[in-house]
Amino acid sequence: MIKRLFIANRGEIALRIVRTAQRLGITTILGASQADATSLPGIQSDEVAIVGPAPSNQSYLDVDAVIAAAKAARADAIHPGYGFLSENARFAQAAADAGIIFVGPDISSLNAMGDKLMARKVGIEAGLPVVPGGEAADKEEALARAEETGFPVLLKAVSGGGGKGMRRVDRAEDLSAEIDAAMAEAQASFGDPRIYVERFIASGRHVEVQVLGDGEQAIHLGTRDCSIQRRFQKLVEEAPAPAMPDDKRAAIEDAAVRLTRHLNYRGAGTVEMLVDAESFDFYFLEMNARIQVEHPVTEAITGVDLIEQQILIADGNPLGIRQDDLSPTGHAIEVRINAEDPDAEFQPSPGTITRAAWPAGPGIRVDTHIATGGKVPPFYDSLIGKLIVHAATREEAVDKLAAALASMRIEGITTTANLHAKIAANAAFRKGGVDTRFFKEFAA
Amino acid sequence: MSNLPLTPDAVSEIVAIIDGSGYDRVDIKTDAFRLRLRREGGADNAAEGWTQDWSFAEAEAPAAADKVAPVEELPDGLLGIAAPLPGTFYRAPQPGAPAFVKEGDKVEKDTVVGIIETMKLMNPVHAGCTGTIEKVLVENSEMVDASATIMHVRPD
Repeated sequence: MIKRLFIANRGEIALRIVRTAQRLGITTILGASQADATSLPGIQSDEVAIVGPAPSNQSYLDVDAVIAAAKAARADAIHPGYGFLSENARFAQAAADAGIIFVGPDISSLNAMGDKLMARKVGIEAGLPVVPGGEAADKEEALARAEETGFPVLLKAVSGGGGKGMRRVDRAEDLSAEIDAAMAEAQASFGDPRIYVERFIASGRHVEVQVLGDGEQAIHLGTRDCSIQRRFQKLVEEAPAPAMPDDKRAAIEDAAVRLTRHLNYRGAGTVEMLVDAESFDFYFLEMNARIQVEHPVTEAITGVDLIEQQILIADGNPLGIRQDDLSPTGHAIEVRINAEDPDAEFQPSPGTITRAAWPAGPGIRVDTHIATGGKVPPFYDSLIGKLIVHAATREEAVDKLAAALASMRIEGITTTANLHAKIAANAAFRKGGVDTRFFKEFAA
Repeated sequence: MSNLPLTPDAVSEIVAIIDGSGYDRVDIKTDAFRLRLRREGGADNAAEGWTQDWSFAEAEAPAAADKVAPVEELPDGLLGIAAPLPGTFYRAPQPGAPAFVKEGDKVEKDTVVGIIETMKLMNPVHAGCTGTIEKVLVENSEMVDASATIMHVRPD
């Protein structure tokens, strides 16, 4: 039985994990940097262990420091949250070596999804459709691949993430120069110059499936649509994916479960698909072997506490939920409130929050670590909270979102709240089913 | 450490109850926390909804002092280049690379003299003035506050 849970993260997700663990009767230890020692997660957790100074490479990203702090705190499990060390196989191994349960999938699953090319290979083995294309060790191979799939193509870094090393190429004569640039960018960003070539899907939606597995059984908790992104960073997420035929949605969910079973996956995971916005053909992209920022929309429609499920599975329990037990209801939307200035190219806006009046009431959930007087330090990412609304229909959920955004007041720093209010009023968004080009056109 | 007194679900329930009443505000204050619930909007503002505003006595007490770059008085006749944001100051585009500028270099208004890393984003620092770098006041990878002076510039 997990009795002492070390939370190797910060911010809203740390507070989120603390709350569920305490409800389960588990003692929580927040592994915080010096900058976060007196943050809300620090107040809410039962104990605080300092893992290092403020900069994350000396604290939240320092495998040895985090493991040492967890050992010193006599933790029997570590929850890594998202980001930081959550999908780091070396971290999971170090926890295992220290006799501490890693609340996440087996190391074999982390490795299987470790890079995009590996994920693609595993997806094919599991019988999932992938975007036409493949590895390109050199330019000749890349050109051959591009001719197979047809232009335009997308060059992607094998070790990539966050859009870096990703390039669209429209014409064969540009390919050589673009490959050079993509490889250089991939080397600089990820220390790995390998790239691969994929057919470019002009109108695609980012649809993902929440899955749970216990190593044998696997279930899905429905789809999420995260097509509204800025530079591959998600801004708005909703569940279920709107404006999509039920049989197509079911096919995507089935494919995700197939992959989860194929991996003998243990824990919570997200299978990401690229869905053609017109034909609804779908292609497997990758699997995120961790809890996701946008998990609350799934919790809203299913009533399942995903953090609780993670902890139960990590503790060796078989899945306590069967597919038939789930009957998702209504529609949920999450918007990310970031400390950024949308009118100044999303420049970060750290500082002290002089007033934080978050929305409240039935059907409204706010996951945040920021209260009035709270500080947004300059060391970490800019997420200060997530507003999640849930209603019987998507139309009602959008109205609820608009009303909640109109009433909330965050003062002292600049946030993306007003940007979300504009998105909530946008006709294409209100209609539902926008593709990943939405934000660029919306912002133009 | 003390735990937060009310769960999010409890707050939702309280709001649901008072929403049906004539009250527009609830203010709960204890030694440990203050929670203000307030009905926003209505009347000319079509949107009507409740907000929750938390503050905590023990939150955000001064954390262990972070290293902060010295803020100096500007010597006579010199201009200062100020940090546009708080964050970590870097003199070069990547470790081992030559510095953007060194003492004695000429700069123009839009010359990049360094980078400040804030919230995982790299923000260029522009000289903002024309002249010669007289002195670099901040070490590489040192923390700076917003508007701290990073460099002195002798105007042409």
